[in-house]
Amino acid sequence: VKVRVEPEKCQGHARCFALVPELFEVDDYGMSSVRGDGNVPPSLEQGVRLAIVNCPEFAIEEMLDTEDDSGKSSASQH
Amino acid sequence: MTRTSPVSDWSVDFDVLDPSYVADPFGVWDQLRARCPIAHTNRRGSTWLPTRYADVTAIAHDVEHFSSLAVAVIPFDGEEPEEPVLPYGLPPISADPPLHTWTRRLLLPWFSHQRVSGYEKLTRELCSSLIDGFIANGRADAATDYAQQIPVRVIASILGVSDTHADMFTGWVRDVLEFADDPVRRARGVEGLINYFLEEISHRRERPGDDLLSFLLQSEVDGGPVEQSLVLGIAALVLIAGVDTTWSAIGSSLWHLATHPDDRHRLVTEPDVMPFAIEELLRAYSPVTMARIVTTDIEFAHCPMKTGDKILMNFPAANRDPEAFDNADKVVLDRAVNRHVAFGSGIHRCAGSNLARMELRVALEEWLRRLPEYHLEEGRDVAWAGGQVRGPRTIPVVFS
Repeated sequence: VKVRVEPEKCQGHARCFALVPELFEVDDYGMSSVRGDGNVPPSLEQGVRLAIVNCPEFAIEEMLDTEDDSGKSSASQH
Repeated sequence: MTRTSPVSDWSVDFDVLDPSYVADPFGVWDQLRARCPIAHTNRRGSTWLPTRYADVTAIAHDVEHFSSLAVAVIPFDGEEPEEPVLPYGLPPISADPPLHTWTRRLLLPWFSHQRVSGYEKLTRELCSSLIDGFIANGRADAATDYAQQIPVRVIASILGVSDTHADMFTGWVRDVLEFADDPVRRARGVEGLINYFLEEISHRRERPGDDLLSFLLQSEVDGGPVEQSLVLGIAALVLIAGVDTTWSAIGSSLWHLATHPDDRHRLVTEPDVMPFAIEELLRAYSPVTMARIVTTDIEFAHCPMKTGDKILMNFPAANRDPEAFDNADKVVLDRAVNRHVAFGSGIHRCAGSNLARMELRVALEEWLRRLPEYHLEEGRDVAWAGGQVRGPRTIPVVFS
């Protein structure tokens, strides 16, 4: 599983950071982002699912890795 | 003074100050969602009241058609007095972009997760000392003796003003938010806040400290200092927005735990539930409603809205919408899926939400640690306030 926070949607509610601080970080302005390359270790997958369904701005996007690895990825909304 | 007259039809003549609605608005919202999800009234001007999650969040995100230039739920009853010292109101809450954007960026770092962690010790000591003050009595008013005393002192510390004036601040904030339709009280609150902060500003100009007020005065925007009227508005906002709101959330939560012993026992015995319980209590008893002003005639969800109409951003009702939440009217302490919008939605997300969450958590933790067994005092009433901010203003409790 790979996720990203869409910066144009995030409004700094910090729900993801509260749920999975190991994966999300927040800056001084409250904006969240995913640490590292966005790949979620299996131990954090359950937490990430929770973060996705608790974001009031629907800002956490799950990236589906495509086979051709063209750099594009399709997103699924929850 | 009678503030309201009876409501016969909530869909076309609602009144958010109706005493029965203030005490228990939930049934009205359920009825409206089923037959007229955006109600209207001409009381205090043409005003709309959305009750569905989808409508409230859609309006919050449409800042082009729904402006924040007037956010008061209870308008002044009469001709709006000139307030030349606050030409921009209380930015960023009463501003649209671009003013909203840069004033908000000045404030946000003061309420970041990291900064807020630094205020936790002060908050915990404050809560503990408040309990020390009444624990031997076996009874207390959980609203006035406890909840009301907490956020105002933390905010005073952040602003760098003396918390010995806490009761005075609380009085002004209530005048402005709860009694805005009373010209005498409103004027008293506005003048009190303005005069107080003008004096504090002149002190800070001479002797700057490491507080938020000094920071605002030293900040530069576009190569120059921030206008004094903006500093005044921002500082007043921090106090106004940081007092009634969080106090109400703490009070509602303590009221819920007083009246729901199973939930109380669970929080005492399962502290891991606390982070979820905080979000659930915020959802179920969301204190804050903000207003928006319609900028151009628009039909929204079949409602013919006119330029200048007011929208009451009913975040509390959105958070009880069964289309958005399972068992929406039930408090489920460990609710896993909870996209509540107690702090709003979109660009005006409460700038102090990290602080409010910390204060609510610490206030509940300290109360439950010292007073795990308490209940409402028989024969004495709980009094609720509503309008802009809903919460209990008196909660007589006894403890063993």
